Amino acid sequence: MKSTSTVFLAAFAAASLSWAGFVLAPQIQLGNLAQAKPTGSDNLYPSARPGVAVQGAEVYRSLGCVYCHSQQVRQEATHVDVILNEIGTNRTKVEAIIADLSHGSQKGKAAQIGKIAEVADVPAGEPLVARLREVGAKADLKVVATGPDISRGWGIRQSVAQDYLFDRPVQLGARRNGPDLANVGAGKPIEWQLLHLYQPKTVVTDSTMPPYPFLFETRKIVGAGSADALKLPKAFEPEAGYEVVPTEAARALVAYLHSLRVDAPLYEAPVTVAQVVAPISTNSPATNAPAK
Amino acid sequence: MSSSAESSSCGAPSSPASDNAAIDASCRWPVLTLFKGAAFWLIISSIFGLIASLKFHSPKMLSGSAMFSYGRAYAVWADALVYGFCIPTALAAGLWILCRLGRVSLKFPVLATVGGKLWHLGVFFGLIGILRGSTTGYEWFELPKTTTLILLAAFLLIAIPAFVTHAGRVERTLQPAQWFTLAALFWFPWIFSTAILLLQCFPVRGVAQAAIAWWFSGNLLLVWLALAGLGITFYLLPKLAQRPLQSSYTALFVFWTLIGFGSWTGLQGGVALPAWMPTLSGAASLMLIAPALAIALCAAQTGRGAKSPDGVGTPLCYTGFGVWSLVVALVLIAITACPEVNRVTDFTWFGHSHTLLRLYAFFAMTAFAAAYHIVPRVTGIDISTSKIKRHFWLAMPGALLMSLPLAVAGLQSGLKLLDANVEFLTAAKAGMMMFRLTTLGEVLFLLGALLFGATVFSAVYRSCRSVVCNAVADEPKLSGKEVRA
Repeated sequence: MKSTSTVFLAAFAAASLSWAGFVLAPQIQLGNLAQAKPTGSDNLYPSARPGVAVQGAEVYRSLGCVYCHSQQVRQEATHVDVILNEIGTNRTKVEAIIADLSHGSQKGKAAQIGKIAEVADVPAGEPLVARLREVGAKADLKVVATGPDISRGWGIRQSVAQDYLFDRPVQLGARRNGPDLANVGAGKPIEWQLLHLYQPKTVVTDSTMPPYPFLFETRKIVGAGSADALKLPKAFEPEAGYEVVPTEAARALVAYLHSLRVDAPLYEAPVTVAQVVAPISTNSPATNAPAK
Repeated sequence: MSSSAESSSCGAPSSPASDNAAIDASCRWPVLTLFKGAAFWLIISSIFGLIASLKFHSPKMLSGSAMFSYGRAYAVWADALVYGFCIPTALAAGLWILCRLGRVSLKFPVLATVGGKLWHLGVFFGLIGILRGSTTGYEWFELPKTTTLILLAAFLLIAIPAFVTHAGRVERTLQPAQWFTLAALFWFPWIFSTAILLLQCFPVRGVAQAAIAWWFSGNLLLVWLALAGLGITFYLLPKLAQRPLQSSYTALFVFWTLIGFGSWTGLQGGVALPAWMPTLSGAASLMLIAPALAIALCAAQTGRGAKSPDGVGTPLCYTGFGVWSLVVALVLIAITACPEVNRVTDFTWFGHSHTLLRLYAFFAMTAFAAAYHIVPRVTGIDISTSKIKRHFWLAMPGALLMSLPLAVAGLQSGLKLLDANVEFLTAAKAGMMMFRLTTLGEVLFLLGALLFGATVFSAVYRSCRSVVCNAVADEPKLSGKEVRA
């Protein structure tokens, strides 16, 4: 390159191209993302976090939790389970259909309620459900996500853009020195979380997480003591006459952790959750209005 | 085109030696301001890096205060290293190289000096902000809002004199070192202002924040770092090896492929963004094999047969080690981009390993070479070769021990993370031994940083003292005049 202007033009072209690709394009593609109704629900998703959880998100950010905990569940594939809910009266025919599925290896086995087949997607499972319905049985299709993250219980489906709509900053995380937290709100109770923050080893013996005692106050017991005091195991108890009470920050952080949920079935991340597959046979009304 | 702006100008009618002295003198205060602060922040960064690292030996260590919690220590480490050390050293070396290659004295040196001071002040307040919990939450962009604005202003205060100086240069032929340095000066304000505007001032919604944050950190730690570092390498390597750069065409290829592909890297594979983005990013990362090979060719042919008369550990060794580390780092990025590898290395320390390789083994080593080359010239104080060598034997193994074991640790735990039957803690702990090895590297590097700091500060102190002494020597005449008045 002979002139300075060529250098600048080259740098300008390269920088603006990638800027258009990774800064502008996601804005165009995702900038208008709004709350949406999950499959089979009328409540908009995601809902804004409660105020105390928003404060907790600030604690999460300020302590740099993101360096060890990701908030993104990955899945490798999805498949559809065919679940037999009711055998009906024509047991022989149902058993014949099931035997058919297994190319005869299940022949003669009694039909049982539960998963009877695994197919690639919903359209592939529908003929089977229809055949079972013809002989008086009832079956359902259940979309299941798979992958190590799902098996570890970190979530029931992958995280998608919709899940982060109200997060600021979005704390995706790049390393897992600790487990993924995208769906941690579905797991442990608040008391467990508080104990874990105060001293992780109280609940996970060989935990590698540092303790966060500065989020708690060790103070003299007055009268009957605080109702909020941590119920610590013997080895971690403070000296006699003292109790450990969570501060506002600890409470907020736990409220935030508790608000982390990624389990709404979305169009772009289909999954069947328990409430949706609830037995169809009941004729209960779809609303909460009292039955007449 | 050959390496030798200096050698070609040797035949020029004006005396090159006095020319160089005048140029060095014009750069003196801005360059020293930047180097001094950089040496200080490198020590601070290394100390906080060590604190963060020790948490993996004993989680309880220093857990009593929020300031030294892992998340804050890590953020201080990262930002003190990148904003405190890398950017100022790149600016100092860039200013000096632009002046030397353009054969022109620095214009507005006062502005650049003020910029340098302001920069370090901005870093200081930024790090205090992080320690007090005002981190932004984006990795490699943790500094709070006001301080990033100070940094942007400070950068421009230094970049503008650099551009003006370059525009008024005497030697009109452009060298590869100038392309890279100029592009780096242009690149940083572009990406930094985007990050400030769209993440801090008018934050975008949802996961697009993550895309911008990754775009920024990818551009900063790959494109900018490589541009700034190679600007130094392409100046120093031919000079120290006493061979012309082989060749400027290869350097041109490096330039284009680096900015063309490098600027698209940095997005995590499989993230919750439209699928074309991580895919494109992966493809661009794979293409980094092209600049990697070209840099290797350049380094091999330029450095071939070059032997420094003083043995191992001279600035030539720093530069050579640095440039080869960059090649390895780029190859590692390309390998990680393959989906099969990415599945294993995702969410592990593997990615951090090549980031550290770039930051420490490539950039810091190159920056040390620049400091050891430039500081004696602008201060007139010689730095003893034995000190430089001692630092080399601390920094080189330190940089390697910090980065490479992390790659092994990443693979060890990555393979276990993929197997859902393995308990998470078992998988996370799989790389722990390797991880602990990096602490040794951090200790070595910290010792080296202390040595580097001592060397730079003593050179600056001695040169200041000589300036003061000269002034004092002049004083009797002055006071004599005053008396007469």
